[in-house]
Amino acid sequence: MIKIEAIFRPERVNAVTDSLVAAGVTGFHYQNITGQGQQQGVEVITGRGSQTATRSAVSKTLLVTIVSNDKKDKVVDAIISSTRTGGIGDGKIFISEVSDIIRVRTGETGEEAI
Amino acid sequence: MDSGHTAWMLTASALVFFMTPGLAFFYGGLVRVKSLVNTIMLSFMTICVVTIVWTLWGYSLAYGPNVTGSPLIEGFIGNLSVLGLEGIRWEPLDSEGSFGGGGVDVLFQMMFAIITPALITGAFVERFKFSTYLIFTIIWITVVYAPVAHWVWGGGWIGADGAGALDFAGGIVIHITAGAAAVAAALLVGKRTNPGLQPNNVPYVILGAAILWFGWFGFNGGSALLADGYAVNAMLVTQISAATAATTWGLIGLFTTGKISGVGVATGAIAGLAAVTPAAGSVNPLGALAIGLGAGAICYFAVELIHRTNLDDALDVFAVHGIGGLWGCIAAGIFAVESIAGDGIKGLIQTGSFEQVWIQAYTAITVLIYTFVITYVILFVLDKIPGLGLRVSESSENQGLDLVEHGEQAEVNDGAN
Amino acid sequence: MDSGHTAWMLIATALVFFMTPGLAFFYGGLVRAKNLVNTIMMSFMSIAIVSIVWVLWGYSLAFGTGNAFIGDFSHLGLSGVSFTSSEGDDIPPLLFVAFQMMFAVITPALITGAFAERFKFSTYLIFLVLWSTLVYSPITHWVWASNTLANGTEVNGWLWDLGALDFAGGTVIHINAGMAAVVAALLVGKRRNPGLQSNNVPYVVLGAAILWLGWFGFNAGSAVAANDSAANAFLVTSLAASTAALTWGVISHLKTGKMGAIGVATGAVAGLVAITPAAGAVNAMGSLAIGFGAGFICFFAVEILHKTNMDDALDVFAVHGVGGIWGAIATGIFALESITGGTKGLIEGNVEQVGIQAVGVVATLAYSGIVSLIILFILDKIPGLGLRSSESDEDIGLDLAEHGEQATVQDGAN
Repeated sequence: MIKIEAIFRPERVNAVTDSLVAAGVTGFHYQNITGQGQQQGVEVITGRGSQTATRSAVSKTLLVTIVSNDKKDKVVDAIISSTRTGGIGDGKIFISEVSDIIRVRTGETGEEAI
Repeated sequence: MDSGHTAWMLTASALVFFMTPGLAFFYGGLVRVKSLVNTIMLSFMTICVVTIVWTLWGYSLAYGPNVTGSPLIEGFIGNLSVLGLEGIRWEPLDSEGSFGGGGVDVLFQMMFAIITPALITGAFVERFKFSTYLIFTIIWITVVYAPVAHWVWGGGWIGADGAGALDFAGGIVIHITAGAAAVAAALLVGKRTNPGLQPNNVPYVILGAAILWFGWFGFNGGSALLADGYAVNAMLVTQISAATAATTWGLIGLFTTGKISGVGVATGAIAGLAAVTPAAGSVNPLGALAIGLGAGAICYFAVELIHRTNLDDALDVFAVHGIGGLWGCIAAGIFAVESIAGDGIKGLIQTGSFEQVWIQAYTAITVLIYTFVITYVILFVLDKIPGLGLRVSESSENQGLDLVEHGEQAEVNDGAN
Repeated sequence: MDSGHTAWMLIATALVFFMTPGLAFFYGGLVRAKNLVNTIMMSFMSIAIVSIVWVLWGYSLAFGTGNAFIGDFSHLGLSGVSFTSSEGDDIPPLLFVAFQMMFAVITPALITGAFAERFKFSTYLIFLVLWSTLVYSPITHWVWASNTLANGTEVNGWLWDLGALDFAGGTVIHINAGMAAVVAALLVGKRRNPGLQSNNVPYVVLGAAILWLGWFGFNAGSAVAANDSAANAFLVTSLAASTAALTWGVISHLKTGKMGAIGVATGAVAGLVAITPAAGAVNAMGSLAIGFGAGFICFFAVEILHKTNMDDALDVFAVHGVGGIWGAIATGIFALESITGGTKGLIEGNVEQVGIQAVGVVATLAYSGIVSLIILFILDKIPGLGLRSSESDEDIGLDLAEHGEQATVQDGAN
């Protein structure tokens, strides 16, 4: 079982969730986040319109899903195909091992609980 | 100078002023959060730009005496005799007590001129270049709003001195012009790359609709230009039509989707308000019920139909204001009753004749076509001017206009701040 | 009593009342999210406390006969203010008390922008009582009090006698609040972490729009009648606000490439401030000039003050102080005899009027500065009071620390 965390452009969120469902992923969650990558933040006006500052406050969406190992490539492809524009700021995907999962309602564990 | 009438007209002017900030929140709540500030700014800057234009030359073009000399232009536009409101007299009533031009009406009409271009912005939110919009407003007020206001209220060819169309508070001048311009703008600026599904802030939508409704008492009640029986009737029918249209919209939504949406009911109220606007001086409470019912049903299905076309009128300006205004103008011809509308003015229900309906229809359609064509030309030219252009880049649209155009974000909650 | 004038003044009073909640949102949107409730409460409690002070003794000190500098205690608790209007009154006497009450309410609320995000709330409530009594009432008396004794002698405020033009309160409200803001900002000190962005831009615009709406009551109501002067004041108010907002937006766009909503909203308020003393003296063209000047001057005033060490958090001095000073002087420049009904300005050849306006400005700055300094200095020394919140309260945010509330709560537990 692996955890896939994907950071991508917020305007792609509907495309990503559609492609995940199409790839057979049943559950995921996402949240709005801010941060910075290679584009070095965003320029904002401070005070009353006379100065600007750069804040590491680029809007992104962070989506997290847990899938079985055999779905890894399919899910990664689904995310890439629905988020890649070719420009700086397309985001990143992080993959890590998950040691166990427990479904609260039934107590099932492991892959059965995905 | 009658202090009571002046008191009411000052109050009505303040109420109508407040409608434009209300519209800012109505529209602002409907877009996505990354363009919330931009949407609010479109309305707010309209207040600033139009106030200045109206003072300098707008009022003169709309309400100055008819330009004379050639029969071709007679009744088309006012002359330049009150540029900069020079020598305007505040005394609004002549010795017979009838309205004599100038006076507190200058203030009242200014607020009408302000809200009209602000209404159009709903068509092109989330993708329009802000600097181009400011220039568009100046031109549009000058060549569309001022002439049409002159035709209807300034002694031109549509109003009481001309064809005799009934437009009490601006169904033609405000809602039909805004609706027609919205179609032209939506066509030229094109569809949003990613229109989104949900409004960002439903309470803002309701707050905005409530402020609009509140301000509309000044809009319609004040259009009597006096604190008299007309004003009382206008306020009453305004309330009835808005409430009926909102309820109708809510119920149709309930039957088709099983839910009553806050955004839907708020939109229905606005449709009812737009529809009763031209009729507020000529119909009675029963007529207002009919107008509200019609507005709720017609505008609901107009929104549905237009969503199936390729036109991305983002916040349904044409369906609500254009269609609502058109329905209101026709309905004024149907439901006008002599006891309210005054000597000799009778609608279909009293005379059985389509005469008044026909006057309403052809004047409204003429204005619709005029506005569409001129707005299309203005925007087409602005699009071609280097450095202007109508549409922001695709990356700006994705990033959201708040950061791109204004360097601001609507809400900032992070701890670093 | 004239029913038309009374109708208008009742509405104008309600409109001016609405300005203080508007200010609450204007200021509330500008601070950080953790201080939003506190900033709103500062304005809201000014409504509650100053209304009481005004009825008990504030009105009497401001509009009682007294001498040229302060009223007296003849109208304590509004005793002697007649319920019935006498012959020749346009409006009932109590309506004038209520209208002026709303002016007294908003003035200390304006000051709170200077010390937002770090002021002790309990001290603020006491400050309201003292400042309204010792600063607001006397300056109001100077400018607007005019009483006729039984023997026919007139006892007027000294600025009234001098002939200073202040139609709706440029000196009384804006210069006064601006100067008190400077003193307060200096005494309470800088914020530990001022932050970069405002928490809620829509609130800022909403607040500015409500202020603008209320300002129609503020300026057009200051004619104290529904007449020509009120209509003119209404027009020039909107025009100056528009011009200043547009000017501010354009300068901001030239400097940064962006036209921020906060800048435009601030510009509108600067224009409204500047036209306040002039609303009964200038025509449309004069108000264009005043609005342009307000947008231009106040923009750079904000810039310059940001470079100093003073943390006037929400630019009260730059907008209300500097805007008020510009408006007071500009009134002397652009006043037209046809509108003031007697007094000419510089453009009609009356150089002296600018000097008279300047005297009013300097006197207000000096008096407000000194007395506000004394009040705040003493409050700071009293054990248990003090001006500044603790460091931990400032870090947590005053919403939780002072009010036990959070502005918006979205988590699922709720």
